[in-house]
Amino acid sequence: MTSVYPPSIKPSPQRLLILCLLALFIAAPFAVYPVFLMKGLCFALFAAAFNLLLGYVGLLSFGHAMFFGFSAYITTHAAKEWGWTPETAILLGVLTAGVMGVVTGWLAIRRSGIYFAMVTLAFSQMMFFVALQAPFTHGEDGIQGVPRGHLFGLFDLGDNVVMYYFVLAVFTGSLMLIHRIVTSPFGQVLKAIRDNEPRAISLGYEVERYKLLAFTLSAALSGLAGSLKALVFQLVSLTDVHWHMSGEVVLMPLLGGVGTVFGPAMGAFMIVAIQDYFSEAGSWVTIIQGVIFVVCVLLFRNGVLGVLAPALKKRGIMV
Amino acid sequence: MTGDFIIETSGLTKEFKGFYAVADVDLRVRRHSIHALIGPNGAGKTTCFNLLTKFLSPSAGKIWFNGKDITQAKPAAIARQGMVRSFQISAVFGHLTVLENVRVALQRVEGTSFHFWRAGTSLEHLNARAEELIGAVGIAEYRDIPAGELSYGRKRALEIATTLALDPEMLLLDEPMAGMGTEDIKRTAELIKRVSANRTILMVEHNLSVVADLSDTITVLKLGRVLTEGSYAEISDNPEVVEAYMGSGHGAEGHG
Repeated sequence: MTSVYPPSIKPSPQRLLILCLLALFIAAPFAVYPVFLMKGLCFALFAAAFNLLLGYVGLLSFGHAMFFGFSAYITTHAAKEWGWTPETAILLGVLTAGVMGVVTGWLAIRRSGIYFAMVTLAFSQMMFFVALQAPFTHGEDGIQGVPRGHLFGLFDLGDNVVMYYFVLAVFTGSLMLIHRIVTSPFGQVLKAIRDNEPRAISLGYEVERYKLLAFTLSAALSGLAGSLKALVFQLVSLTDVHWHMSGEVVLMPLLGGVGTVFGPAMGAFMIVAIQDYFSEAGSWVTIIQGVIFVVCVLLFRNGVLGVLAPALKKRGIMV
Repeated sequence: MTGDFIIETSGLTKEFKGFYAVADVDLRVRRHSIHALIGPNGAGKTTCFNLLTKFLSPSAGKIWFNGKDITQAKPAAIARQGMVRSFQISAVFGHLTVLENVRVALQRVEGTSFHFWRAGTSLEHLNARAEELIGAVGIAEYRDIPAGELSYGRKRALEIATTLALDPEMLLLDEPMAGMGTEDIKRTAELIKRVSANRTILMVEHNLSVVADLSDTITVLKLGRVLTEGSYAEISDNPEVVEAYMGSGHGAEGHG
């Protein structure tokens, strides 16, 4: 099947689908409450960042709340107390999460499986304690009333619709970056390590370095998601660094489809939608969530997108 | 002293809580030869392999590769110095295509393996070389199939192609024929012979007719120690070997 088009300008069904989705998201704030959409996008980014590690390196972290939450604390502190512009405040948060990723990752990647999960959980519990005790995080109160500020000094993010487009732009860019990472030469080595680590070593790859870079990228992008979410809600609290958050981000890719770029984002939207639309159900939300999770894991072992994948592949929509 | 021997060990020992899997082994592998390591189950052949490639650390003894002390080196570093191993259980990257499997080996020397911002298409110039390699082992038609879906024999062929992609000076093959049918064995033996030109091969193999056919030198291990060493004719005349290997009065011939 040779095509007359060079691959780069071939109007592939996949590209069309992504453009349609993008158009849908651009139009969405006029039909759906923008804050709900922003929450969905932030968690979708968090899930995609987390999946970089779970789906492409095969490492299950149980401490990603520390990157998500701490980046949020740093960003909100910089924006509120130091009056930084949103983009610089976010950048500082992302850098903090990245540095935390290097340090905790450097120790955690020496283990795998349940031990890796436990080491990351231990670090995140330590960071939870810091968030509880450090003066700048304001303990139980959290940081509230954070100004969203003006993006590049020009766009007033106080307007929900403007903020939405900012979040959508960051989300789109980040997902493109993640897609690039997993298809890059680096991504090839990651997949090789995931499939057969001893073999990757025997080919001369120092696998720890690759895992550490993946861990750091995942941490930094999780931080980006946390910072964005904090600016959307203009607050950060202990919920954002709590281990519940680390657990939720495990569910999202599992629901949507591990090892795909869009699956985790889909799973995130499902969870956020359940939380928001069933919020009157009170504590039943967690039960509904649990039932859906059990059903999904039993019926679609590769997540919802994993079930759709064969049909999409047949139509050339997914590669 | 990059002399006659590419690998030398002295007093190589590996102890697991009082059990000596490998004890005081002095192994010398002649450059550009095919050297086989044989012995009954539990003789320490695979442990020996893991020690040489640094997947295990020796309890005592030293290892030299090309005259360089590699006793403390890391496994990935060994591979980069030109000594590459295969595994007993066929080691392929199951979710990558056949072509990508070989390309993963080729791309390491490119120096772009940490470039997470670079497009995957930047690796496409390696395709021609990768196709050549998978052609050489007879699996060219499976180019775009995930390696996990290949039959056992083809997985092993792919593994050899991937190993050869690194153009190693020294190859360590851990039971390259295990689980293969007669047809595959013949093809793989020919392949090993072909790639042994300008290379050194050390292999563990149970199929004695293959060992007889290919090897220049054979080292027989028993209970972690070297029993004897020599050409196939020499060792098969040794009653100790026959006894150790077969555990009975049968000849070593015909075991497969």
